[in-house]
Amino acid sequence: MTVNMGPQHPSTHGVLRLVLELDGETVRSCAPTIGYLHTGIEKTAEQKKWQQVIPLVERMDYLSAQSNSLAFCLSVEKLLGLEIPERVTNIRLLIAELQRINSHLVWLGTHGMEVGAVSVMLYCFRERELLLNINEMLAGFRLFPSYVRVGGLREDLPRGFHAAVTAFLDRFGPKLDEYEDLLTKNEIYLKRTRGVGVVSKEDAVAMSLLGPIARSAGVDYDVRKYFPYLGYETYEFAVPIETAGDVYARYKVRVAEMRESAKICRQALQRIPPAGAYAVDDPRITPPPKDRVYTEMEALIQHFLIYSQGFTVPRGEAYVPVEGPRGEQGFYIVSDGTNRPWRVKSRAPSLVACQALEQLIVGGLIADVIAVIGSIDVVMGDVDR
Amino acid sequence: MDASALIASLQDAVPGAQFEAASSVDLQTTIYAPREAVPDVARALRDRPDLAFTFLAELTAVDFWPTEPRFEVVYILVSLVHRARIRVKVRLNADDARVATVSGVWPAANWLEREVWDLFGIEFDGHPDPRRLLMPEDWEGYPLRKDYPVQIRKTPEYSQPLQVTAEQFRQSVERDRLTRR
Repeated sequence: MTVNMGPQHPSTHGVLRLVLELDGETVRSCAPTIGYLHTGIEKTAEQKKWQQVIPLVERMDYLSAQSNSLAFCLSVEKLLGLEIPERVTNIRLLIAELQRINSHLVWLGTHGMEVGAVSVMLYCFRERELLLNINEMLAGFRLFPSYVRVGGLREDLPRGFHAAVTAFLDRFGPKLDEYEDLLTKNEIYLKRTRGVGVVSKEDAVAMSLLGPIARSAGVDYDVRKYFPYLGYETYEFAVPIETAGDVYARYKVRVAEMRESAKICRQALQRIPPAGAYAVDDPRITPPPKDRVYTEMEALIQHFLIYSQGFTVPRGEAYVPVEGPRGEQGFYIVSDGTNRPWRVKSRAPSLVACQALEQLIVGGLIADVIAVIGSIDVVMGDVDR
Repeated sequence: MDASALIASLQDAVPGAQFEAASSVDLQTTIYAPREAVPDVARALRDRPDLAFTFLAELTAVDFWPTEPRFEVVYILVSLVHRARIRVKVRLNADDARVATVSGVWPAANWLEREVWDLFGIEFDGHPDPRRLLMPEDWEGYPLRKDYPVQIRKTPEYSQPLQVTAEQFRQSVERDRLTRR
């Protein structure tokens, strides 16, 4: 029997269509069809000025918005040859780790709900709400703050930021234990996830599943350790690894990653002084503070130039990988020396994960399809772009 | 890994091919490889123990219209053993935009090559499943080419509700089933 799962199916995390050929309850073949969310973001980005691309790339992946903008900014800054102040680097790192917790929380909640543990979803979204509140505090926008900009940050940290993050971290540790109480040794959860959707180490390498999926299969690749950026080499954290490669191993890896992220956040908080530089001191890129714009002619001209023409980026290409919540993320950007990008290509971890779906699903049961889709954590906006 | 060592190693594996080092600001060694040598170069990059680029992180293309050679296909590779990243680029002319597939070497290239074919119209010889990936199958043109307009104003074709008889629907499902594999 042929079953059309999706594109409108609540557990496909968007508009993923799977054409499943079934033999009884066993899946004989699976053909993922994507493209329903293709909005041509890469084409649009070529028409925008460099700074204007940031809202676009954030909207590709609503769960790792700030990792996307961070990866884009790092690539552009590499081309510009900017030296970013240390305080900014640490703030960005903190934001990226909070974003990882945010994304994993949504993943855990939706995945738990899909395998029947609805209370996990309610709990996870409760904690995620606090993270969204922090985003709102930072930039007045909860999902896509566009706070990370080329050259630094949009503005300085708001008052009470340290206290808010500390409060979240204090609360988060015990809550994470609670989620684990609900799932880690839950007989039903184990039955639904152990030995389901297994990916071997070799397949993970061959299918380029760089990220939590590969780490759950025994590949120790983590961009933060292999190719450190933002000074990750100076932070103490472990890279959780499992070897089973099934849905349960992916769950364990992601939960352990959240703990490590919380650890990194605490270290980063201590390194961020409450006041200081929030952007690079370069008049081409950073707009002057508003009080100077209102009182000085030069500052007004500079402000006008930056907002009307943007800045030019030297000819060349760059790709700086970062470890996003779903794995290696990065933007391959090409500049022709003008104020608009010539080419912006996002390395989409969800796309390669989606490609591997067929391998993970075929041979399994139809009931496990949902558990597997949930476990690879795809965001369809990132797949289709 | 610097470019000269990489090129020396590759020339040892693929004799007769001409490689060329390219400049790079992000400390990722970048080389140009000749188009004809792509499958051999890919296999050497993956299998030689001194290279061991087992991960294909990204495969994409850039359109430099109106200059020639017009296209560059870019392979971004990661070696876990040597903790190295490189970029290999292949130049293609506009009138002959085709290159051999590497999906036999890195299975992850399958969809990435389909995406490049879909958006740039670069053909991958020997690709197991050469269909469009993101755009509809009956789409005309290659959207990410630079001579493709940014906005196309078309009258929407979906304003009328789709009228399909039960028989047509069944045929459509059957046709879809047959063309999938």
